[in-house]
Amino acid sequence: MLIKRKRMTITEIKNDIIEEFAMFEDWEERYQYMIDLGKTLPLIDAQYKTENNIIKGCQSKVWVHADMKNDKVIFTADSDAIITKGIIAILIRVFSNQHPKDIIDADTDFIDQIGLKEHLSPTRANGLVSMIKQLKMYAIAYQTQLN
Amino acid sequence: MVSEYHFNQTSRNFALMLNVNKIREDFPILNRKVNGKPLVYFDNAATSQTPQQVIDVIVDYYSNFNANIHRGVHTLSQEATDLYEQARIKIQKHFNAKYSHEIIMTSGTTHSINLVANGFSALLKKGDEILVSALEHHSNIVPWQMLCERTGAQLRVIPMNQQGELILSDYDALLSEHTKLVFVNHISNALGTINPVKTIIDKAHQVGAAVLIDGAQACPHLIPDVQDLDVDFYVTSAHKICGPTGVGMLYGKEAWLNKLPPYQGGGEMIAEVTFEKTTYADLPHKFEAGTPNICGGIAFGAALDYMNAIGFENIAAYEKELLDYGTQQLLEIEGLKIYGVSENKTSVISFNIEGIHPYDIGTILDKMGIAVRTGHHCAQPIMDFYKIPGTVRASFAFYNTKSEIDALVNGVKKAKMMLS
Ligand SMILES: Cc1ncc(COP(=O)(O)O)c(C=O)c1O
Repeated sequence: MLIKRKRMTITEIKNDIIEEFAMFEDWEERYQYMIDLGKTLPLIDAQYKTENNIIKGCQSKVWVHADMKNDKVIFTADSDAIITKGIIAILIRVFSNQHPKDIIDADTDFIDQIGLKEHLSPTRANGLVSMIKQLKMYAIAYQTQLN
Repeated sequence: MVSEYHFNQTSRNFALMLNVNKIREDFPILNRKVNGKPLVYFDNAATSQTPQQVIDVIVDYYSNFNANIHRGVHTLSQEATDLYEQARIKIQKHFNAKYSHEIIMTSGTTHSINLVANGFSALLKKGDEILVSALEHHSNIVPWQMLCERTGAQLRVIPMNQQGELILSDYDALLSEHTKLVFVNHISNALGTINPVKTIIDKAHQVGAAVLIDGAQACPHLIPDVQDLDVDFYVTSAHKICGPTGVGMLYGKEAWLNKLPPYQGGGEMIAEVTFEKTTYADLPHKFEAGTPNICGGIAFGAALDYMNAIGFENIAAYEKELLDYGTQQLLEIEGLKIYGVSENKTSVISFNIEGIHPYDIGTILDKMGIAVRTGHHCAQPIMDFYKIPGTVRASFAFYNTKSEIDALVNGVKKAKMMLS
């Protein structure tokens, strides 16, 4: 699985995800996949699950932590709700380990294409919208360091 | 009058008088599909659905009567004013207020509460106390916190027990000559507990405190008789009683409404204006600045007509049946825990499944066309009390059915299977 190969660009990763999701026949398969992602992935180091790193949605909580390594931003995150966590796993796969500039320029349209649009609606108040904003803010902050 | 204690008894006798299939025909939205499945609407405690009879009144108003009220000599304005004032009288009769001018039309419960809280700014001083219950909608605690900041009065909380009931002995202990105002909801939105408001009001009056009851969750299920309760202020929203959003009422005893200063300045609320001085209009207009939600007010009246035609005893009896059935069916799911288990509760089931986040359950249910509420239900203090992030809340109305409850139970089982 974890064979080291050339780092993929954000667009490449997005396309991969869209392709993966195209294989699912119905919502149940899609959701089961996200739930399994949410269950299996340890997404954040316990020391970063702090009050400071928390994004309080009305519905679920999200923790986000960022680091810069070799000019690339590494995100880790977690949530107390599994489906939220599954979506976080997908977002992190896209945004993490990328150059700040690429993160700033990236959009989340692919979430629409994989049928998960409703999770990024502000009315759900699950913390994901704020999380994406937060990812971008980190990227902007690191970008200014690089300049 | 259906008081909190008669509620369960009256229920049984009327169990068969409601024809739910016929009632469902009144609600066009119940034919909708959501995510490809027939809608099962169990978020009635957040807002109720609107029957065709009320929709017709709204369409009729804009098609035939739309005009500004209380200010035109022309026929349309007269007719619109008449309809609006007739609605006020319907509301007065429904709640058994002594005078129609004791009914202030507002934009809803929140507006009504703020109106009273603002009025009390002028009446409170440092050392005074306001009691609120631990079962409150948290947005409704904020106006009292703001009032305390403005006046130096202190906010104190009537605690609750594990069943989700207020602890009346603690309430007794909190009451004193410093207590100026008590604020309690008639029925808790998060748990469905019916509070013993008559007792609460009587006790507050013994120390000379005024009482404001938040009836937003009660009015869909019973008819509060404001004179029998002897309540000083009673507030509610139309959108939980088959009416439109953005309209509601404040009932206040005449003497209290005369005592409170106006809330907002503007048109309609004045008798005479010069740059030196303004004389306020009489009740109820003193509190109704600006052009109101005219259509909403009229539709509010129509919604009460609709509910009364079905009959609140029938509604209560049928909803009790749904509550009992739902409770029994849901409890068969292993690991499911219900929060709020008072003997006196309405058709609200707030629950969690061990080890599963309520948001996840709600998300899966939505995929199956089942609308429930998840989260803290604007009652963060209650969730903190139980040390949970929130609950899944299914709230039933008189147009719901047992087979919809079966769909919910199956949905929850499926969510559990997928999530654990
Ligand atoms: C107990 C209670 N009070 C107040 C409100 C607020 O009502 P509105 O938003 O109509 O002002 C609600 C509605 O959710 C409620 O349940």
